Amino acid sequence: MHILSTLLIGLAASVLVAAAPARIELPFSDAMFADFGAGKPSPDAINNNCLACHSTEMVLNQPQQSRAEWQEALIHMRKNYKAPVDVADDAAILDWLVAMQAGRADIKTP
Amino acid sequence: MRVTDRRQFLALAAASAASPLFAAQVDLQLPGGPSLRPLTDAFPGKRQMILQRTSQPLLETPMAVFDKGVLTPNDRFYVRWHWPFPTEIDAAAHRLTIDGHVAKPLQLSLADLKALPHFEITAVNQCSGNSRGHFEPRIAGAQWGHGAMGNARWTGVRLQDVMARAAIKPGALALRFSGLDTPLVDDAPDFAKSLAVDHALDGEVMIAWAMNGEALPILNGFPLRLVVPGWYSTYWVKMLDRIEILDKPDDNYWMAKAYHIPDTPDAGVAPGATNFPRRPISRMVPRAFITSHAAGAKLALAPGIAIGGIAMGGDCGVASVAVSSDGGKNWAPATLGKDNDVYGFRRFDAAMSPPRGPAVLMARVTNTKGVVQPLTGIWNPNGFMRGQVEPTPVTII
Repeated sequence: MHILSTLLIGLAASVLVAAAPARIELPFSDAMFADFGAGKPSPDAINNNCLACHSTEMVLNQPQQSRAEWQEALIHMRKNYKAPVDVADDAAILDWLVAMQAGRADIKTP
Repeated sequence: MRVTDRRQFLALAAASAASPLFAAQVDLQLPGGPSLRPLTDAFPGKRQMILQRTSQPLLETPMAVFDKGVLTPNDRFYVRWHWPFPTEIDAAAHRLTIDGHVAKPLQLSLADLKALPHFEITAVNQCSGNSRGHFEPRIAGAQWGHGAMGNARWTGVRLQDVMARAAIKPGALALRFSGLDTPLVDDAPDFAKSLAVDHALDGEVMIAWAMNGEALPILNGFPLRLVVPGWYSTYWVKMLDRIEILDKPDDNYWMAKAYHIPDTPDAGVAPGATNFPRRPISRMVPRAFITSHAAGAKLALAPGIAIGGIAMGGDCGVASVAVSSDGGKNWAPATLGKDNDVYGFRRFDAAMSPPRGPAVLMARVTNTKGVVQPLTGIWNPNGFMRGQVEPTPVTII
């Protein structure tokens, strides 16, 4: 009797374990693109347009890119991934990207 | 900043620990940089992964992991997602829908699949863009080092056995696979990949529910993922919930436009070229990596320094591996490990005695089809299919 109830409890527990949905909680990055200060390109446009789809690392880890190459990336995301990046914001986004890389000691043309 | 009390000190210490500036970092040695990435423990079920991107997750395996064994542990296995994916999944309620050009459309539960004959295979899963950060000229995209790859024992069922129940109709061309991940924007292309019918039913392509004897981690595609031995990971669709049988070529973005390589014998073109015929990426090429020593290591002068690593044949097995300590001028055969899974990693070991001073360690694999790794690399505009011999510069002191 005792053994049977132990078995039943064990069985119930294993069913519960098996039925529990798999669940994880992903880390969230609330990092924003940096404000370089007065007189420097504002990060507002890139913060407002780009962080809706991906965290900052995707941009900050890129190798040295010319303004034209960054423009190609914007066009690629808008055309193929339907990213809702306002064309009117392109210039401000590109200004910030070029300034960001120009200020990086860890990025150079190979 | 002056720390005035214990509470403030603890807050500062916590902030420092969370800041990338103070976190352990890995230098991927990418030409021209940026090269430093933090190691992260923040993703459930993963530890000490190279953080490439928090959202959507791109996590890379440190090379030292590959030195510890030919199977890559699940908690160190790399992660790559294009679109957001569910973080809570009720496996009991999950259904795999098989429809399209079939006589008997199906909705299969995990229990239905597990009732079929089980199949296991050990195979390397490698991102098409693994090592993209090492291409020169550099290429935009996920800036992977060499760790967007892993080798696991996959358990599940042959796709062949599943499709026999659905009865594919004559005239079928391809099977298109998609999962639970969904685009961020409504009209953006849902991620889906297709394989030709003959390939899909070759008896090796499988649907896996376990890797290395455990349920797939959510980050690696729980509860089901496609396994396509010998082919790049773009085809190994995660969180698989639909197989659509097509009777015409797949025109979806991910097959018709993305993951294309130059239609040249080695998938290479002149740097900067844009106008050339293309084809979808497919079979992997042979690769070998020295994992016993990191680039920049200082090794004590000694006779017979142990040098080892892992090799893969690509779309077939490993036949032999040669090693060099003088940048490829002289080569010596390495000893292969006993694990001999055709599509898996194969350990190699050798003893070399380079003289004092700079030494460039190299490993070069020949696969069972006779393909030898080239000494110089290819270039293509997406940074796919890197496969040349990789140098590991060290100093003998």
